[in-house]
Amino acid sequence: MVQDKRSAIVEVRGVAKHYGEGEARVDALRSLDLTVHAGEVVALLGPSGSGKTTLLNIIGCIIDPSKGQVSLDGEMVYDNAWLRGDLRRLRLDKIGFIFQAHNLLPFLNAADNVALVLQLAGQSAAVAQARAQELLDYLEVGNRARAMPALLSGGEAQRVAIARALANSPRIILADEPTAALDSKRAGIVMDLLRKLAAEQDACIIAVTHDEKILDRFDHLFHLRDGRLEDKKEDAT
Amino acid sequence: MNLAFRDVRHNLFRFLLTCLGLGLLMTVVLAMMGIYNGLVADALNIVKAPQADLWVVEADTQGPFAEASKIPNDTREAVARLHGVVETGSITYQTVEAPFEGATLRLYVIGYERGRLGGPHTITEGRGLQASHFELVADAKSGLFLGDTLVLGRNRFTVVGLVRDTMNSGGDPAIFITLADAQVLQTQLAPSAARVQAARGASAGAAGGATIAAVIARLDPSVDVQNVAHTVRQWKHLAALTQNEQEDILIQSVVDKARKQIGLFLGILLTVSAVVIALIIYTMTMEKLKQIATLKLIGAPDSVIIGLIVQQSVALGAVGLILGLGLILAVKDYFPRRVLLEPVNALALTGIILVVCVLASGLGVRAALKVDPATALGG
Repeated sequence: MVQDKRSAIVEVRGVAKHYGEGEARVDALRSLDLTVHAGEVVALLGPSGSGKTTLLNIIGCIIDPSKGQVSLDGEMVYDNAWLRGDLRRLRLDKIGFIFQAHNLLPFLNAADNVALVLQLAGQSAAVAQARAQELLDYLEVGNRARAMPALLSGGEAQRVAIARALANSPRIILADEPTAALDSKRAGIVMDLLRKLAAEQDACIIAVTHDEKILDRFDHLFHLRDGRLEDKKEDAT
Repeated sequence: MNLAFRDVRHNLFRFLLTCLGLGLLMTVVLAMMGIYNGLVADALNIVKAPQADLWVVEADTQGPFAEASKIPNDTREAVARLHGVVETGSITYQTVEAPFEGATLRLYVIGYERGRLGGPHTITEGRGLQASHFELVADAKSGLFLGDTLVLGRNRFTVVGLVRDTMNSGGDPAIFITLADAQVLQTQLAPSAARVQAARGASAGAAGGATIAAVIARLDPSVDVQNVAHTVRQWKHLAALTQNEQEDILIQSVVDKARKQIGLFLGILLTVSAVVIALIIYTMTMEKLKQIATLKLIGAPDSVIIGLIVQQSVALGAVGLILGLGLILAVKDYFPRRVLLEPVNALALTGIILVVCVLASGLGVRAALKVDPATALGG
């Protein structure tokens, strides 16, 4: 595989996550290993409760693993040195999120939704607006930059959400059902776009999906069941 | 990028509607403050109007406002001769009901000697009393206008001047007439039995005609008012009260219960306002939990989220306060009693609302900080 020769951006080693103790204990993840390289677009598949979202949350620095190690873009996270504020900063700098329901802030227009991430990272308003417009133009929704999210179509909103995820040029893009709200044609376009972006930005994309019509757009499919990876890796193509 | 402002602008109608509701609540709070102040100010105005230093009243009374006081007519001459007394005036107070244009006016009649202490302080329209009889100066709240005539007792009086903000602690507007007219009015309004006694040759004092309620005196600034008061108290049939003592009596005995009642109600209103603000802010925050989770997930620091909530809370309080202030200033003159708002009241309420808003937003901030960023991802 070409990707295997490239640098590993996400490395998950022996990660386990459980909730509760004793009889109430639920093992969401059991000693899981996963590596995703730069430029790879991978899917996490599995039935509800299999641990997909828990894994996404751990990689996204949202919840701590009970056990194991996670390395993101060469930085080992979740050891004692990482404080909550540092994880927030890591999310801001290195991770972009794409949501099932785009989750654009309804009180900001499309450009401001994108520019907000840049301003949170310390960019000036002017620089942030220019970069936001550039991204929206790239994603072919530049003409909708001043539109409020409520006035955007599903496809347009998802493109704006992708622009927001890409604003800080993250190395890792985590997507939760990115095409669930789109029809087949739009879903295909969005996935092609993500693949293109991953290649151009040398980033990796990890997506949780149930959408069978887009599975051929992923480099690898990881199946989870009962908190374990069923197969280490399956080439989608 | 100010998220609080953007959110408010996005939901402007709802925000303004909430502000209007809060503004109405602030109007009530400010009205109660104004009524509270007005009650105290009205009570004190009557006492302060003569600008006296010393009140000489009947012995063993706290008159003439807290209880009845009757002293001989010639007391003024005796007081005027005391060392340090610069100016004096005899004065009477009584409440009467007089028919006027088909209605009954309840008036607080102040009788004073023209050219001496005790008359109206500032005439806003018309002039002061010039004739010896049958002229009056009225408070504008009485509804009387220049040139109106009013029957008091058996005589018809003409309104020649108007004053403002002069009423007793019960809210009855004051009218000023000459002392002579006031003493006649006392006689005419006395019970019929007293008039019978007068007709039988009893002394004028017994009928109530030749007495006054108090003598007021203005002293030389170099003289100690307590020394003069002490001298007066040595005359067994008289008592003397300094201006400050008279004001304290009014506040403590005459308007104290009403003041406490309004003060307590004001406290309850402020508490209700605080709870309402807290609930509004909490509800506004709860409606934004998904957006707050998204903000957290994309890396917004807690300060951005706290700022969003606290700024909206303070904006809500500020706009509500401005609306409330505007509304009470627009309607305060329509209240039957004086609503007196001082700048310090607006400042105090601004401070209170600011503190309440910040504290109230604490509930919302607490809820927001507890939001798990994973909520934005779902599943």
